[in-house]
Amino acid sequence: MHKLLVDEPGKRMFLLGNEAIARGAVEAGISCATTYPGTPSSEISLAFFQMAPENGLVFEYSVNEKTALEVAAAAANSGVRALCVMKHVGVNVAADALMTLAYIGVRGGLVLLTADDPYMFSSQNEQDNRYYARLSGLPMLEPSSGDEARRMVADAFDLSERLGLPVLLRTTTRINHSTEPVTLGEIRERKSLGEFKKDPFRYVAVPAVSRRLHTRLLQQEALALALANASPWNAITGAGRFGIVANGVSHNYVMDALADLGIADQCSVLRPGFVNPFPKDLVRRFLSGVDKVLVVEEGEPFLEEAVQAAAQTAGFTGKIAGKGLGLFSREGEFDPAMVRQTLASYFEIPYTRPALLDVSDTPEIPARPPNLCAGCGHRAAFYEVREAAGPDVIHPTDIGCYTLGLLPPLSAADFLICMGSSVGTSCGFSRFTDRKVIAYIGDSTFFHSGIPGLVNAVFNRHNFTLVILDNGTTAMTGHQPHPGVDMEALGKTGYGRVSIEAVVRGVGVGHVTVINPYKVKKSIEAVREAIQYKGVSVIIARQPCVLFARALKAPKRKPFRVTDKCNNHRLCVDRLGCPAMVVEAGKVRINALQCTGCAVCAQICPEHAILPVEGEE
Amino acid sequence: METATQGKTARVVIVAVGGQGNLLTARVLGEACMASGVPVRMSEIHGMAQRGGVVESSVVVGPARSAIISDGEADVLVGFEPAETLRAVRRAHKGTLVITNTSPLPPFTAAIGKGVYPDVERVLGLLRQKTARVISMDAQKLAREAGNPLSMNMVLLGALIRTGVLPVTADAAREVIATVTKKAFVTENARAFDLGYEAAA
Repeated sequence: MHKLLVDEPGKRMFLLGNEAIARGAVEAGISCATTYPGTPSSEISLAFFQMAPENGLVFEYSVNEKTALEVAAAAANSGVRALCVMKHVGVNVAADALMTLAYIGVRGGLVLLTADDPYMFSSQNEQDNRYYARLSGLPMLEPSSGDEARRMVADAFDLSERLGLPVLLRTTTRINHSTEPVTLGEIRERKSLGEFKKDPFRYVAVPAVSRRLHTRLLQQEALALALANASPWNAITGAGRFGIVANGVSHNYVMDALADLGIADQCSVLRPGFVNPFPKDLVRRFLSGVDKVLVVEEGEPFLEEAVQAAAQTAGFTGKIAGKGLGLFSREGEFDPAMVRQTLASYFEIPYTRPALLDVSDTPEIPARPPNLCAGCGHRAAFYEVREAAGPDVIHPTDIGCYTLGLLPPLSAADFLICMGSSVGTSCGFSRFTDRKVIAYIGDSTFFHSGIPGLVNAVFNRHNFTLVILDNGTTAMTGHQPHPGVDMEALGKTGYGRVSIEAVVRGVGVGHVTVINPYKVKKSIEAVREAIQYKGVSVIIARQPCVLFARALKAPKRKPFRVTDKCNNHRLCVDRLGCPAMVVEAGKVRINALQCTGCAVCAQICPEHAILPVEGEE
Repeated sequence: METATQGKTARVVIVAVGGQGNLLTARVLGEACMASGVPVRMSEIHGMAQRGGVVESSVVVGPARSAIISDGEADVLVGFEPAETLRAVRRAHKGTLVITNTSPLPPFTAAIGKGVYPDVERVLGLLRQKTARVISMDAQKLAREAGNPLSMNMVLLGALIRTGVLPVTADAAREVIATVTKKAFVTENARAFDLGYEAAA
């Protein structure tokens, strides 16, 4: 049995925040879960993917976040509970659906989980998705720990059904990726099938209907406000004159700081957990008991501005601050010492942070940036494109492992904004510069949002080459499947399969080649031909992800070694940057433990000095 | 050295290179704390764990609510790779206990001439000069002795438990190793744990 399905209320388990959230959804009796994978949310969906065959939950890896939300919206409007999971930037993709789903509403509960990533541990921006709650008018809950997130999920579903609105649940990386003891709750019964009652003047968002639906949304928002003002998630602790408002993980840092500084009895702390609609009345009451307020929140001054607005109507004249010089930043994430120090200085509590260790005498340690794996097919493809096209090329790239091709010696990334942008921006670069444009996109990202760009390129007669790096999985986020994956080979039934090649030919691309990037010479030839083609050409570079192949226990190839014939040209080291290669005492050596036997280095060695390790493995 | 008993919090930072088993170590430690009735929270940054980057985890043992550890506030720093231990020394303070593997795993940047891998003796000297106590060992060698080079993480966990800075007994840790780590490796992991435990005596 999947560990998150254990029906033992009261049992304590050491769970990752994301596992606790998935457990919360099981306890809430969800029937439907949808997602497009994205760090830091991925383990939530992984749990559903693993448990679905066992408990009958309908889970799908959707092609993108917008589709994921649409599937969930239909499930919820058929009367079953649906959870839709995505990373913060995924909400941008789903936003078109979200904004009007807020008007249409739901019958069964729908919770949209947005996993924000302050400091951008694995994201392209650190946008603060609390503003989506304000923009859409939807309720938002925000936990301070994994166990609280588990409890909030069930409550969010109840709230969603009570209001007939989707509810947003916002986490940050430090909630998703923290682990703590969690106490299991009861598992509610799950409906397997719903029912849709036709009511076009309620569910079809044409202008005349939407005008009424907007009125409804505003009415439900007023109801939600009353619930927020009375919500147990919005707790005030302490009764001192120093007011502190802190959300999410910042609340933990504040509580530790109060204990460390010994000022708990001088403070009142408001922890908003039901953050939208903003609980103004509660905040007015909170303000009546304090002299000045510090707002502690990562990201934008969302709470700070709301507290200031509430203070204005309450006639509160004390100081309210959060972001600014000497206070907190809008960038990155917070940590306990930073919060302790800022709190002490704001409330004029004597405190000197112990001096940090002097590290000025430590040697510079060579950086250890994440790198494409030894034997990664992407590296070979990057090398082959460079050999065929030279360096004077613009490489729009996309989101996935291959973004790591940014670093020298591969230098295979010049422009990136979001999922799918490689294709759209290639249209612009090829038209407005006189440089050759060769773009990179992964297989999963191609399905997610690369196809419309390619249709655009064909229709508007743009001129570039798109290299689709097809490694047969969504590698970066942890090897989730996508529509091009052969699920039967993975032992999973009940799936179709979409051919990238057929899609590319189907939209009218005039020159399409499939290469195996492990075959260096042939691949270089194929790239040369493709870039000479006038118009849109596509190269599908197909080679399974080496990490995934290892996980699936695919047959191993023999590792390679550098023989005495080596003349130290070092093309292997200098052009490939493969982590299996080391230079020791002026000589190149291959680490046999890391080498996957892709043989790409052997093919580019001018002395043919790189050969397979002899003998049995 | 203060321990996490008597309502004190002990903060442990573990640094490693992706693939060295950092997260499993933190998990075993956390589960052992939970089984011993000690409050524990753990936080990890592992977005690129399998792509050769640095993986860091924090284990906070005791009543504190924060799951992450600020610079200068780690009471224990465990490093699976000597240069990475030194890179993470800003997390430590004067009273910190450092436990480090001495067997280097140079990054590919050093191989392509972007930076020079530091001398391990110099690394250990700097660590000793800056912190209260350094326990160093060739954990890679001990792991091979235990029968599986991948059990290096358990060697260092054994050393950590031996120091007694955390309120977790060796038996509690051994029991979690037996239930949480992969069945095929349990024997080697337990042996590795014991070798590290002895080496830190």
